[in-house]
Amino acid sequence: MTVVFGYVGLWVIWTVIEFVFVTGRWEIIQVNLKLLLVGRFPDELMWLVGASLTALAFWVAAVAGGSKIDLNNVQTIPQRLFDYTRRFGLIVALAALLIFLAADIAALLLAFQVLGGVIVGRLVGLARRKVSVLGAIPSIIWHPMLGSPAIALVLVTLMESTLEEWGGFLINFYMAIISIVLCFPLGVLLALGRRSSFPIIRLVTTTYIELIRGAPLFVLLLLAGVALEFFIPPSIAPDAIFRGVTVFTLFTAAYLAEIVRGGLQSIPKGQTEAGKALGLSTTKITYLITMPQALRNVIPAQIGQFISLFKDTTLAGAALNILDVLNVGTAITKQQDFLGQGLIYEALAFVALLFWVGSYVMSRESQRLEKRLGVGVR
Amino acid sequence: MSSLPSAPAKVPIWRDVRVLRWLFQIAVLAVVGLIIYWIWGNYQTNIERSSVQTDLRFLDNPASFTIPGNDFDQSSPVRAAFVQGFLNTIQVALVGIFFATILGTIVGIARLSKNLVVKTIAAAYVEVIRNLPLLLLLTFMNLAVVLQTFPRIEDAWKPLDLFVISNRGLAIPWFEGSAGQLSLLVLAGIVLAVIVVRLERARADKVGRPSRALLLGTLALAIVPVVGWITLGYTWTLPFVDGRGTSGGLRLDPSFFALIVALVVYTSSHIAEIVRGSILAVPRGQGEAADALALSNSQKMRIIILPQAFRVAMPALGNQYLNLIKNSSLGATISYFELTQIAQITVGNGSPAVPAFTLTLLVYLAISLFTSLFVNYFNRRLALVER
Repeated sequence: MTVVFGYVGLWVIWTVIEFVFVTGRWEIIQVNLKLLLVGRFPDELMWLVGASLTALAFWVAAVAGGSKIDLNNVQTIPQRLFDYTRRFGLIVALAALLIFLAADIAALLLAFQVLGGVIVGRLVGLARRKVSVLGAIPSIIWHPMLGSPAIALVLVTLMESTLEEWGGFLINFYMAIISIVLCFPLGVLLALGRRSSFPIIRLVTTTYIELIRGAPLFVLLLLAGVALEFFIPPSIAPDAIFRGVTVFTLFTAAYLAEIVRGGLQSIPKGQTEAGKALGLSTTKITYLITMPQALRNVIPAQIGQFISLFKDTTLAGAALNILDVLNVGTAITKQQDFLGQGLIYEALAFVALLFWVGSYVMSRESQRLEKRLGVGVR
Repeated sequence: MSSLPSAPAKVPIWRDVRVLRWLFQIAVLAVVGLIIYWIWGNYQTNIERSSVQTDLRFLDNPASFTIPGNDFDQSSPVRAAFVQGFLNTIQVALVGIFFATILGTIVGIARLSKNLVVKTIAAAYVEVIRNLPLLLLLTFMNLAVVLQTFPRIEDAWKPLDLFVISNRGLAIPWFEGSAGQLSLLVLAGIVLAVIVVRLERARADKVGRPSRALLLGTLALAIVPVVGWITLGYTWTLPFVDGRGTSGGLRLDPSFFALIVALVVYTSSHIAEIVRGSILAVPRGQGEAADALALSNSQKMRIIILPQAFRVAMPALGNQYLNLIKNSSLGATISYFELTQIAQITVGNGSPAVPAFTLTLLVYLAISLFTSLFVNYFNRRLALVER
C-alpha cells in the first residue's frame, strides 16, 4: 500500500513541479496580471485600491491585536517569528510572487503600504489593551470606529468606477468583504428573532430563513439579474455588483442565523438565570452575557460560512456577467496572442492559487482562534 | 386590616407588558406587510407597463429548443422541458450523492490511517479541494479536461476496449433491453436483498456469529437482475466509435460527466471531514473493545466504528446532500440541461422571467424539503434510543 500510494503521490508531485517550472507558460499570467487582479480599473484611481486595502489591513490587525486573549504563553523572538511565518508565510509568499510577476515598483510600494497598515493596526490594538482610556471604549463602538474608514473606502472604490472598468480578483474580494460586514448584524438579528418569545416574529424569521436555505444561490443570483426590475421601481435598479452584494448578504444572513442560533442554544440556561438574578434587562442579558459566549462558541462555523461566501463570489461572475477573476481567467485564453494554445491550465491554476491561499489561511486562523479561545475546553 | 398596603393600582394599558408585546409584534407584521405590499405594487405596475404574462400559461407554449439525448423536440411544450430538467437534476443528485458518499468515506477513513503516505495524500486532497470554489473545479473539468485534454472522436481513448472517451462524451458498456423490465428486475432484486438481509440478521443473532448480511444482500441484489437478464435473453453492448459519434453502450454527455466529477470531488472533500470527525467522536473504548474481541481491522471498522460514526454524521451528511442538490444548479454554466439551465433558456426564449424562476425555486424548495424529511427519518431511525 505504501509503495502504491507513495508512487501515486510522487507522480502527482512530479507532474505539478514539471507543470509549474518546465511546461507551464506563465507569460499569459504575467501579461494579464492587472486584468486578473483589478480588471480595467483606471490607473489614476489606483490609489483608492491601495488606500482601501491598507485601511482593511489596519482594521483586521487592530481587531486581532486588541482581542482580549490571555497572552500567558511568553514566546521568545525566534519562536514568535516561526509562528508568524507559519501563519502568514503563504500570504507573504503569494504577495512576493505577485510583485515578482508585476515587476513594478508601484506593486512593491503597495505591499509596504499594506504592511504599514498592519503594523499600525497592531499597535493600536495593543494600545487598547494597555491604555485604560482606550480600553474603556465599548467594543460595539470601537470596532465600527476602526472599521468604518475601511468600509467607506471599499464602497467608494466600488462606486468610483463604472462596471465596465471593474473586474478581477479585487471584485471577488470586495464583494465578499462588504457582504460579510452587512450580513453579520442581519444574521444575528434573525437568530434572535427565531428564538424570540414573540410568535409572530418567530414565524416571520423562520419563514425567511427556511425559504432562503431551500433555494440555490445561483438561481437567486439569476433571479436578481433578470427579475429584480419587476419588484422595484426601475429608477432605483442597482447595477450588477450591488445586486450581487445584496443577494450574498441576504443569503449568507440566513445561514449565519442558523449558526448563531446553534451557538445560543449551547449556552446553559443558568447564564440567563444568573443575569436575571442580577436584575439585568433581557436586552442586557443578551448583549452582555449570552451573545458574546454564543458567538465565541461558533467561531469556526462562522468563518467557514464566510469562506464559502468568498468562494461563492465566483457565481456572481457566471450569473450576473460580472468580470470576476474566473471570467477574466477564461477570457484571457481567448486573446489573440494566446488563442488555441491550450493555456487554460495556466489561467485556472493561477485563479485557484488566489482562492486557495485566501481560504486556507482563513481556515487555519479560525482553528487557531478556536484553540486560543478555549472553545469546548471549559 | 387597614395597615396592609392597598392592592397596586391597575397597570395603565400603555405600560402593560402583555399589550406592549402584541403591539410590538403587530408593528413588525405591519412593516413586513408594507414591504410585501410595496413589492407587489411595483410588480403590478411593472408588468402592466411591459405587458408580460404573470401566470403559468407559458408552460404550454412550444419550447423551440432541443435537449440532446432524448425525444424532446422544438414543438414540445415548455412544460415538457421543465419535466426533463427536473429529471436531469434528480439524476445528477442521485448519482452525485452515491459517489460522493463512497469517495468521502474512503478519504475520511484514509485521513485516520496509520500509514503516513496514505494519510498525507488524503489530507492534501481534502485541504486542496475544500478551499477551492466549486465553480472553478467545474470550469476546470469542462474547459481544461473535457474540451481540451480529451481527444477528438477520431482518436478516442479506448481503455480495455470497454470505454470510449472523447470530447464528445464518455461511453460505457450498458445493458440492452426495455427500461421497464430492467427496473422491474432491479426492484425484484432489492426486495429479495431486503428479505435475505433480514433473515441473515435473525440467523446471526440466534447463532451468535458475525452476520454476513452485507455480502449476502449484495449477492442477492446482483443475482436477480443477472439471472432475469439471461432468462429473458438480453445482452449488453460495448460502445464503439461510429463515424462522428459512438454506438452501443450508454453515452454520457460531456457536460454531465464534468458536472458529476466536479460535484463528487468537491462534496467528497467536505464529507471526508465529516466522516473523520464522526469516527473520532466514537469513544475509544469501542475500538479497544473490538480489539479485545479479536475482530479484524475491517470487521472493527465495519461492525463497530462506522455504524456509530454514521449516527453522529447523519445530520451533517444530510446538509452536504442538500448542498450537492442545490449546487447542481451550476450545471447551467456548462450547458448541462438541468432545471436552472432550462429556466434560463426558456426565459431567454421569451417566457416570463418571474413565473419561470419562481417555479424553479419552488421545485428546488420541494426537493430540499423532501430530502430533509428523508434525512430526518433516517436520523430518527439511527438515533440512539436513550432510556
